[in-house]
Amino acid sequence: MENTALAHHLLLAGLLFVLGLTGVLIRRNLLVVYMCLELMLAAATLALVAFSRFNRTMDGAVLVFFVITVAAAEVAVGLALIVALFRKRGTVRSDALTTLRD
Amino acid sequence: MPDGLFIFFAALTLGAALLLVLSRNAVTSAMGMILALVGVAADFFLLDAYFLGVLQVLVYAGAVMVLFLFIIMLLDTEDPQGAYPWKTAALGLAVFFLLAASVLWLFHWSGAVPTAKAGATPPELSANPAEFVTAAKAFGRLLYTKYLLPLELAGFLLLVALVGVVSLSKDNPENKA
Repeated sequence: MENTALAHHLLLAGLLFVLGLTGVLIRRNLLVVYMCLELMLAAATLALVAFSRFNRTMDGAVLVFFVITVAAAEVAVGLALIVALFRKRGTVRSDALTTLRD
Repeated sequence: MPDGLFIFFAALTLGAALLLVLSRNAVTSAMGMILALVGVAADFFLLDAYFLGVLQVLVYAGAVMVLFLFIIMLLDTEDPQGAYPWKTAALGLAVFFLLAASVLWLFHWSGAVPTAKAGATPPELSANPAEFVTAAKAFGRLLYTKYLLPLELAGFLLLVALVGVVSLSKDNPENKA
């Protein structure tokens, strides 16, 4: 019943990753940039699960478990940093944060 | 030709990701992100990784995105500019089309990836617990034997993140601009 090949899943993962990378490059709202980073992470986990399923090993799936854990911790810290930044500078737009450039 | 369900969820995921990248409104972006993550979870289900699919919906589409929406609404960040500056738009389009074209080339013409015909169906699942099993039990067994140290480290990482977030969001008078 299910006849998707490994290549199809990897293609989806690759395109998702490219979309996320494009978002990181063109968006200026730090929160949206951060969501695009998470999208790239999700694309990587998709590739891991696909490889794991097609190689009939459990290790890739367990690695995805850890990736989800680390991503949750990372999101909490990153959002706290963004809130701290907003409290100090009043903006979350990356083109308004040029102290180190000027 | 891949499975109809796969095509549906792949289209849903890519469309939602496009919404995330292109939408001006941060809340709309977050909604697109939730849809994209649900699409990825559906793909996990299609790959027989049921536990990971449930985990993805619970942790990512649930907890993490609620946190994101909370912060977006707390910070009230509207996009002032009307359109993308042309330099940004050109850079984005160039990067997207270059990379997307190279991904398509890699899969369809380079011959580096086995063609769809070669591995048309995933290998049969076996009952051997050391191999890929759908039950959540298999995760528990691996997590508490082979991956015990990483599991402990992940727990410690969560503790560190907890302490870090508390200390970051404490109202520190020295941090005031």
